[in-house]
Amino acid sequence: MSVPPPSGTDIATLEVEDLKKHFPIRRGILARRIGTVYAVDGVSFAVRRGETLGLVGESGCGKSTVGRTVLKLLEPTAGTIRLQGRDITHLAAGELRPLRRQMQMVFQDPYSSLNPRMTAGDIVAEPFGIHGIAADAEREDRVAALFVRVGLRPEQMADFPHQFSGGQRQRIGIARALAVSPSLIIGDEPVSALDVSIQAQVINLMTDLQDEYRLSYVFIAHDLAVIEHISHRIAVMYLGRIVELAEKRALFSNPLHPYTEALLSAVPIPNPRATRSKRIILAGDVPNPAKPPSGCHFHTRCPYAEARCRVEPPALRELAPGHWASCHRH
Amino acid sequence: MTANSLPQDFAVPRQRSRLFDTVRRHPTIVLGMLIMLLLAAVAIFAPYLGTSDPMKLNPVFRLRPPSERWWFGTDHLGRDLYSRVLYGSRISLQVGLAVAVVASVIGTAIGLLAGFVRWIDAVVMRIMDGLMAVPGILLAIALMALTKASVQTVIIAIVVPEVPRIVRLVRSVVLSLREQPFVEAAEATGTRFHRILIRHILPSAVAPLIVQATYVCASAMILEAILSFLGAGTPSSIPSWGNIMAEGRQFVTVAFWILGFPGLFLTLTVLAVNLLGDGLRDMFDPRMRRRL
Repeated sequence: MSVPPPSGTDIATLEVEDLKKHFPIRRGILARRIGTVYAVDGVSFAVRRGETLGLVGESGCGKSTVGRTVLKLLEPTAGTIRLQGRDITHLAAGELRPLRRQMQMVFQDPYSSLNPRMTAGDIVAEPFGIHGIAADAEREDRVAALFVRVGLRPEQMADFPHQFSGGQRQRIGIARALAVSPSLIIGDEPVSALDVSIQAQVINLMTDLQDEYRLSYVFIAHDLAVIEHISHRIAVMYLGRIVELAEKRALFSNPLHPYTEALLSAVPIPNPRATRSKRIILAGDVPNPAKPPSGCHFHTRCPYAEARCRVEPPALRELAPGHWASCHRH
Repeated sequence: MTANSLPQDFAVPRQRSRLFDTVRRHPTIVLGMLIMLLLAAVAIFAPYLGTSDPMKLNPVFRLRPPSERWWFGTDHLGRDLYSRVLYGSRISLQVGLAVAVVASVIGTAIGLLAGFVRWIDAVVMRIMDGLMAVPGILLAIALMALTKASVQTVIIAIVVPEVPRIVRLVRSVVLSLREQPFVEAAEATGTRFHRILIRHILPSAVAPLIVQATYVCASAMILEAILSFLGAGTPSSIPSWGNIMAEGRQFVTVAFWILGFPGLFLTLTVLAVNLLGDGLRDMFDPRMRRRL
């Protein structure tokens, strides 16, 4: 499978090539392997400096697994992960530790992603100690500065997570990620647990930080409105594979994959009188990733499926400049 | 929040009101603590509390009932029971405390590893299941049979059957926490393994661990008494509640006090430790915490 190259001249912050993550299903006392969940099955993308790549898809399509595998929280089954040109796929924990400064994660659940027994200040300061970034005396000032930067008051450093609201906690999570001055932040549905009004604040904070530090984001979400707001480019995932990858505008105005089309047609329109052009309702559920369908993974639910789709898996091809899709129709 | 800040509005010194609150909310902790402190004082200051040599034979005055001269009476060899019971408290407290501490430390170490490392878990937990399948007292007797009787060997023999309880507890805490996003966040930052254990996992285990340790302490005291009663515990040259009762067993029809007083002390001590444990459990329980 070919790699959609980063558009622009910068060296890509993150390059992922044919990434696979398979989970064995084991049963019995001998832990015999009786099957495999193909959570991520050949995913390639690149994120350039200062760019946000949105990763959308239904729950269970493997988007979170992509995020975790890229950060090497999960060991990839196959493929290559390059961080600023350096191959980190097979690095041991010790070799990887200094590189962890460059990539951080913001988690979905702002409640369980902060240790309830540590103060907010200690949570944000923890990466300093691990990476030996600031001297002890300097640390408190740095943490205070980070608090201000993400819109919290420095006095709140002594408070415990339960004393903050959901949005404020997510700000703590962002401050923790920023502490090591990373070049890449992976947001695993960072706003989906928040109220809509708070979502906008947190997204705006993230875009401001991106402009300020030229951060690269991989923004995982299932909410297309959120993705549209923050992303430059969008990758649509279905059952462990990217089915379409394009610039935001191209994807929204001219979706080439029937799955993307269906996703877009499901976005609610705020105007009740507006007439919807065509609503595509997908039948059935997402197939079991342990037994993916033959040929094109989507053929079981695709309104345009032909005989060929059942046999031959379509390749991800560049159908227009920068617009990649995997469908036999094009 | 407003309800919480109310007491401060009154001119009550914070320290005093906090102490008072604890007494009011957790009377069992205070009661248990008081009895334990009293017993600890008795054990430490035994020589100064009007006792005589607990081993001194006085056959002329054997099997005397409690009186002004022998507060708790004398045993079949004429030894002063009051002195023997007071000195015996040293053994019980020593064994209870030592077992609780040693079992907690060993159990925590094994539990942390088992919770985090898959293959250790598989091996260690089978061993723990095996240990738990054997009644503690039987295991302790078997271990005592292997060595000569002394207070240290008694402690070791009781630690072994008590360790699995701690291991299971700590392991379950680790298992429930290691999938938590904040642990994943620490990993993503590059936090080292031992630091994750110490900073992110262990603090959550401390509260249930303290509670469990009090139960281990109580159970160790009883086990020590049983072992000594059966003649497999503390050697008879050192008075302990268990072996005092063992020696008084055949005279129970004529001299109930030989069994009665050490039995009473043992019951009271174990009750105090359990009260303390129950109180601490209620205090640490998050459902109870909401009332704070």
